[in-house]
Amino acid sequence: MQIYLPIAEVSVNAFLLLGLGGGVGILSGMFGVGGGFLMTPLLFFIGIPPAVAVATEANQIVASSFSGVLAHFKRKTVDLKMGTVLLIGGLIGAALGVQIFNALRAIGQVDLLVRLSYVLFLGIVGTLMFIESLNALRKAKKTGKPPARKKHGLVHALPFKMRFRTSGLYISVIPPVIVGVLVGILAAIMGVGGGFIMVPAMIYILGMPTKVVVGTSLFQIIFVTAFTTMLHATTNYTVDVVLAVLLLLGGVIGAQIGTRIGAKLKAEQLRILLSLLVMVVCGKLALDLLLQPAELYSLGAAAGH
Amino acid sequence: MLRVLVFLLLLAVPAAAEEVVAGLSQNRISISTNFDGSEILIFGAVKREAVIPDEPLQVAIAVTGPSVPITVRRKEKRYGIWINTDHVDVDRAPSFYAVATSAPWEEVFRDVEDLRYRVSIRRAIRSVGAEIAGSQDFTSALIRIREANDLYQTNIGAVNLDEQTLFSTSVRLPANLTEGDYEARFFLTRGGRVVDSYTTTIAVQKVGLERFLFRLSRDNAVMYGLMSLAIAIAAGWGASAVFRFIRN
Repeated sequence: MQIYLPIAEVSVNAFLLLGLGGGVGILSGMFGVGGGFLMTPLLFFIGIPPAVAVATEANQIVASSFSGVLAHFKRKTVDLKMGTVLLIGGLIGAALGVQIFNALRAIGQVDLLVRLSYVLFLGIVGTLMFIESLNALRKAKKTGKPPARKKHGLVHALPFKMRFRTSGLYISVIPPVIVGVLVGILAAIMGVGGGFIMVPAMIYILGMPTKVVVGTSLFQIIFVTAFTTMLHATTNYTVDVVLAVLLLLGGVIGAQIGTRIGAKLKAEQLRILLSLLVMVVCGKLALDLLLQPAELYSLGAAAGH
Repeated sequence: MLRVLVFLLLLAVPAAAEEVVAGLSQNRISISTNFDGSEILIFGAVKREAVIPDEPLQVAIAVTGPSVPITVRRKEKRYGIWINTDHVDVDRAPSFYAVATSAPWEEVFRDVEDLRYRVSIRRAIRSVGAEIAGSQDFTSALIRIREANDLYQTNIGAVNLDEQTLFSTSVRLPANLTEGDYEARFFLTRGGRVVDSYTTTIAVQKVGLERFLFRLSRDNAVMYGLMSLAIAIAAGWGASAVFRFIRN
């Protein structure tokens, strides 16, 4: 069934969109990532204009994250206090990121920057997670119990300490705010929720327990992407609500299924799967940059408008 | 009496020896939710008061979508990766362009006439400030990319011409159509020279829900953004509630 999207001004198959939403939604629920880093490139691929894809994806992530976070609230795996601290950083970061994005668009190299940041961050995050999870899995097999990850580093030495009871942490608020700001900037530039960076940052930098990380990340993503949606809707007019509804219909159902699959898997297995997924997407994007494209020319809206 | 007749004839001949009388199967295209492209039938007749001349009559029909400036970028390998380097700004490129003729191009238009009326795709695109060497490659690329998407069409011999009087053709408008006024131009030529031309417009417009959402997103962006978020939250909550109900 073909459907015409009023803002994107293209006609696409409604079932294809539902399927894409569902598939990405499952991954989103499993790993606590918004799924934007997968969905946005997929939307480019089926012919949605990039500006519309990025903006609409932000709106769709709000829905799938909201659906996911409700399931996590039920299981009490959301650290609201930590989430709020991260969110404050995230909103500052998103506002900064949009400024950087517009400045780079004026130079005309925003496409390259987006791709390079994808390759760089997905590559680093994916590889680190993969190695760490593999080691953890091996150790767990030998000793029969998961390794303790209580470390005392810089995170504990800084001032403004705060107790995060749900996460079982007593750390300075400075690192979470900085993480929030950095992820917010990247999220705005790359047009994603930022979960795939946020989740590892919470585990490895803040030392939060994996089970709490997913719910807290989703909680924070809802607000950052809602903020981004409003920015896009009011400045670029690129949010396509029909596209968003189709994606989120599939997405919210997928997220519910994904959350339940995630609850059944071990934390280390979950991280290994996520790291593999991140590396596959990174490899695909890297190949696009390295191999000669079939069409060397591309069309874009005229510069300076 | 004879003088008056000759005078009238002289007056009539240069103005219109042959005239286009044209029609469209529809002069308004509505883009609704299930819009999946459209095909318009274009037809007409040649009105003439003189004998048919020896040189064969040819017909060309061009449909032009709204024009917008566009930037064409070229990738080059720098530091091991493919990045956009040169670009050319095309001042005027129709978002849609279809031209159909009744015979091979050379028989329908002389180059000078094509230049004057801008009928062929290459001439319909205009890029003045293009100073980069080989800007031809960029316009060629623009045409190639749009042709691949069915947005630019050249249909040689697609106009049926009967008895040098009745003609018809059909133009397929793809699904990814832009809103605006589309111009349909008719040309009658003999020996490559245009003897008459006629222009009419086709209004392409979003209707119903499509129109409502499009207008809302432009006129009341904050409202539109909040509505999008409300739908997202409601859908997220709804799915969660439904699944909880199923599990219990």
